[in-house]
Amino acid sequence: MSGVRPLHHPSGGPPPRSGEVLDLVIDVRGLTKRFGGRTVVDAVNLSVARGRICGFLGPNGSGKTTTLRMICGLLIPDAGEGTVLGQDLRAKRSAIKARVGYMTQKFGLFSDLTIAENLEFFARVHGLPRRHERVAEALDKLGLATRSDQLAGKLSGGWKQRLALAACVLHDPEILLLDEPTAGVDPQARREFWDQIHGLAAGGMTVLVSTHYMDEAERCHEIAYIAYGRMLARGSIAEVISGSGLKALQGEGHLPDGTGADRLAAAIEARPGVAMAAPFGTALHVCGPDMAALHEAVAPWADTITFREAVPSLEDVFIHLMRGAEDNSVVVHA
Amino acid sequence: MSATPLQRIGAMVFKEVRQMLRDRGTVGMMLVMPLMQLMIFGYAINNDPRGLPMAIERGDNSVFARSIDAALRNTTYFKVTELVETPGAGDRLLQDGKVQFVVTIPPDFGRDLVRGRRPQLLVTADATDPAATGPALSAIGDAVSTALGHDLIGPLGAPAAGPSPVELVLHRSYNPEGITSHNVVPGLLAIVLSMTMVMLTALSVTREVEQGTMENLLATPLRPFEVMVGKIVPYLGIGIVQLTVILLAARFLFDVPFAGPLPLLLGSTLLFMVTSLGLGFTLSTLAQSQLQAMQMSFFYILPSVLLSGFAFPYRGMPVWAQTLAEVLPTTHFIRLVRGVMLKGWGLLDALPEMGVLAGMLVLLGSLAVRRYQDTVA
Repeated sequence: MSGVRPLHHPSGGPPPRSGEVLDLVIDVRGLTKRFGGRTVVDAVNLSVARGRICGFLGPNGSGKTTTLRMICGLLIPDAGEGTVLGQDLRAKRSAIKARVGYMTQKFGLFSDLTIAENLEFFARVHGLPRRHERVAEALDKLGLATRSDQLAGKLSGGWKQRLALAACVLHDPEILLLDEPTAGVDPQARREFWDQIHGLAAGGMTVLVSTHYMDEAERCHEIAYIAYGRMLARGSIAEVISGSGLKALQGEGHLPDGTGADRLAAAIEARPGVAMAAPFGTALHVCGPDMAALHEAVAPWADTITFREAVPSLEDVFIHLMRGAEDNSVVVHA
Repeated sequence: MSATPLQRIGAMVFKEVRQMLRDRGTVGMMLVMPLMQLMIFGYAINNDPRGLPMAIERGDNSVFARSIDAALRNTTYFKVTELVETPGAGDRLLQDGKVQFVVTIPPDFGRDLVRGRRPQLLVTADATDPAATGPALSAIGDAVSTALGHDLIGPLGAPAAGPSPVELVLHRSYNPEGITSHNVVPGLLAIVLSMTMVMLTALSVTREVEQGTMENLLATPLRPFEVMVGKIVPYLGIGIVQLTVILLAARFLFDVPFAGPLPLLLGSTLLFMVTSLGLGFTLSTLAQSQLQAMQMSFFYILPSVLLSGFAFPYRGMPVWAQTLAEVLPTTHFIRLVRGVMLKGWGLLDALPEMGVLAGMLVLLGSLAVRRYQDTVA
């Protein structure tokens, strides 16, 4: 847990007004899960306040799905404790399941049932009153009312994703867990999807959404970054960036021979004091922990290429954090 | 707002029935399969086993009676397992299925024979499985005349010279005409139900896992037990349809007699169906994929066909195979169906076999619930 930046308050958003009690709908500490000898999630702490959208980021296999599954009661943690919606994570898994909506990474609806039948099934399982109206409402909202008799398996990726979301919010859950919901969905559908998520959050639903996309992270109120099973950063985007201690320079221009700044990535990354250098179009992004050292590192090219100080991007921060974590894990296992 | 277990089970049942009806191929197969098998097995199977268990009820201890005893023991057709003296004890053994034949040597058999009175020798056969009795019956006649041919010499030679000195009275119990289909059709009920119940359940659960829908089911408030019941109920419905088809065919196509009480038959069939469903569910918790579930089902169904006494007489098998057969629910159910339909078993006769099935059900049920968790991985 050494990688977690200290924060003012657990949700990472603005501090609560005085007298306001922070309503933590997810509040878990030390969550750990091992499969075989491998620790997939390692002592993860996570608190999310009601109505917040928390982006859950991390590389593939970092333990995002496992953490989500532990929160919604699909997996029992090997260590750790906490509450979800005020209910004990271990003892009240069934009660938690009734108030949480979980959208799996893989399309998990019945492909041999129609759209309406799928929704109807979930309405029945949750014992929703006014079932037919609820399903009809959901179909209208989805814009699928005219296609309600179509088999779910025949839908395109974007529509499947919308249907899956509709199915897991049908029972008005207080928490919505989304596991890489927009993977393989076109930008238009993604935009609409996020508008919908914000609408739900405005209505008081708490959303924990895992994603790979940086632009999606920026749509969240706050983010949590997990790599190799460990929580490395937590807070608002500004907090995570400033907490990383990373400084950045942006270089633009051309060398005398006409080579663009972007071609210098490898040469500059090899210099001391540089954590990474990455081309962005024709520009070059150089990051390191110390601004003075950065200026020194780019000095040989500074006469032809203009380097100005910049804010490191979220991607810079994550890659930096991930490299650090990798090193740690090697040390731990040695 | 939150659903009762019954509502949740109802939701599962509803979903399962819908998915089932959507899959027309499977529905068709389930209805056509029993008919096809009826036609194939009902008319095709026949065979000639040996080493059948026999009881000799000896009311007479003359040299002739002992010769017949020895001769019967000498043929490969029989294995004399019981020697009883009290009248009626043999019938009981037959009814319980402990022996296939009872040869009754009446009191004063030797005296009457010497006096040339052509005493009767009663052979009672359990003809529920005619394959097991037909050829064996003629072997009894041969054995008797051989035995007496050696004994009736010298002054006693006279009776031997004429027609047979003994009157062989044959009584085919339970299936007097020795019609093979009377035996095969009830057995088919067991086989068809095994195949449908075990395989379909095993596939249905594994399919949910494979298609990723199980994770969604488990994320809802559905409990494992509710998922199980929800999956089992529709298949029970299918089983009842198959039962009806086979019973109607048995009655109207094959004229199988129906000696025992119908409620007992229905009760034991229900018990067997639930046991098979439990087995299918247990297999599904072991299988990683639908293909594996299919293979496991075959692994169970093949011995069920071959060892249970359906395809070949149970008696004809070596002891190890009989032991193996005892582990299969199908073996016990086949005895129940044949017992109730052909032998007219009452509840008391059926209890031992039903007890075995119930024991298996408890074992499989608890295993399935233990293995089927409400968590993933």
